[in-house]
Amino acid sequence: MLKDLVGIKDISKGDIESVLDTASSFKDVLKRDIKKVPALRGKTAVNLFFEPSTRTRTSFELAEKRLSLDVVNIAATTSSLVKGESLIDTALNVQALGADFIIIRHPSSGSPHLLSRHVRASVINAGDGINEHPTQALLDAFTIKEKMGGIEGLSIAIVGDILHSRVAKSNSYLLTKFGAEVRLIGPPTLVPRDLESLGVKVFHDMEGGLRDVDVVMMLRIQMERQDKGFFPSTLEYSRYWGLTAERLLKAKKEAIVMHPGPMNRGVEIASEIADSERSVILDQVTNGLAVRMAVMYLLGGVRE
Amino acid sequence: MTKELLNKKDIERILSRMAHEIVEKNKGTSNLCIVGIQRGGVHLAERLSKKIKEIEDRDIQVGSLDIAFYRDDLSIRKEQPTVRQTSVPFEITDKKVVLVDDVLFTGRSIRAAMDALMDFGRPAQIQLAVLLDRGHRELPIRADYVGKNIPTSRAESVEVQLEEDGLEDAVLIVSPEKDA
Repeated sequence: MLKDLVGIKDISKGDIESVLDTASSFKDVLKRDIKKVPALRGKTAVNLFFEPSTRTRTSFELAEKRLSLDVVNIAATTSSLVKGESLIDTALNVQALGADFIIIRHPSSGSPHLLSRHVRASVINAGDGINEHPTQALLDAFTIKEKMGGIEGLSIAIVGDILHSRVAKSNSYLLTKFGAEVRLIGPPTLVPRDLESLGVKVFHDMEGGLRDVDVVMMLRIQMERQDKGFFPSTLEYSRYWGLTAERLLKAKKEAIVMHPGPMNRGVEIASEIADSERSVILDQVTNGLAVRMAVMYLLGGVRE
Repeated sequence: MTKELLNKKDIERILSRMAHEIVEKNKGTSNLCIVGIQRGGVHLAERLSKKIKEIEDRDIQVGSLDIAFYRDDLSIRKEQPTVRQTSVPFEITDKKVVLVDDVLFTGRSIRAAMDALMDFGRPAQIQLAVLLDRGHRELPIRADYVGKNIPTSRAESVEVQLEEDGLEDAVLIVSPEKDA
């Protein structure tokens, strides 16, 4: 296994399969009365978050605790970063305190990659800029496998602001590695045609893009981009690109609906869909815990 | 060099005897369940439960236990061990649990298995059944039921092959090649 998990792009299908297999064992652990194993007892994880995050940070923290790791959380607003310390210096200090795992979320793409070259600790990317969010793609793959029995041969639509989405990128890398057909759907400003170089198909209309897909993955529309001219208004965005019951009829009858959260009900996804039986959104959250445990367990081996 | 220590028939006879011993010691099968340790112990646990059913005409619950997360060498291994299925779909609290493994060696797997089991509940008693005891204990652990004691050196390895894995039933001792 590798030292770090910085992205899906450069890891093998075999490594991904081993994470997914191990995650199903951890999912069993999470169903027990005692949801904790001593696997990484005595090791330390530091969650270094330079961007706001509730769901991902909580998921990592709980995963760490259930592996018996000691956990420290550092948030950007309270760290020396506001005093001007460089990222690498922060990381070296964290390592000097004895961190075995550094989980990093950072607004600049490539930060985890930079860090992984400077520290001995295992670096796990919890989202870097518009680049990647590998554990999200792994938990999505786990959920798709669980619900649909496999990934190969499926048609999977990812809808929304693909351009700024690390979730969409990590998912595109992973799902194409496993032989799924990936369709990226959204307005041309947010889904430029040249994304097809990732080995995916680009659609600029919902009806065509959703036709006969097995999985619909909705992305959060990032409100902070609303005034940058990528789309006229949330109302208009919702009218063209929101997932409604009527639009979902284009997909296969047994298609599932996913969302990485946090969702804007009534904007990119209608409430009646989010709460329907087709929605696996809360399964994604539960599976995220098992998948993150698997990643840390597998990276936890000893290296030279 | 590889030497066959037990063949199919030998293993069959040994397991029959162990099944009888388990029933005798526990005065039947009431409150009894069997849990096999991944990988070798799981198939043996299944076989023992079948034999016990033949003797007592009672079904006995069988589980499987993977001990990867409880090993004491996780912090010194290069590659983490592959995790296999754990399935104990019944209550073990206040039950007598017979842990089953293929080879008893240092005793460390058994220690890990007992810790894993305790996370499922509080058994009334844990007993240990092993097909082979090869000595070299590093912890104060002994088996309640032993198929066969085999003197080995640490350098040798003992391989238990089972039909369930698509091989002919056999126990083999593999000695390291000596330099000529």
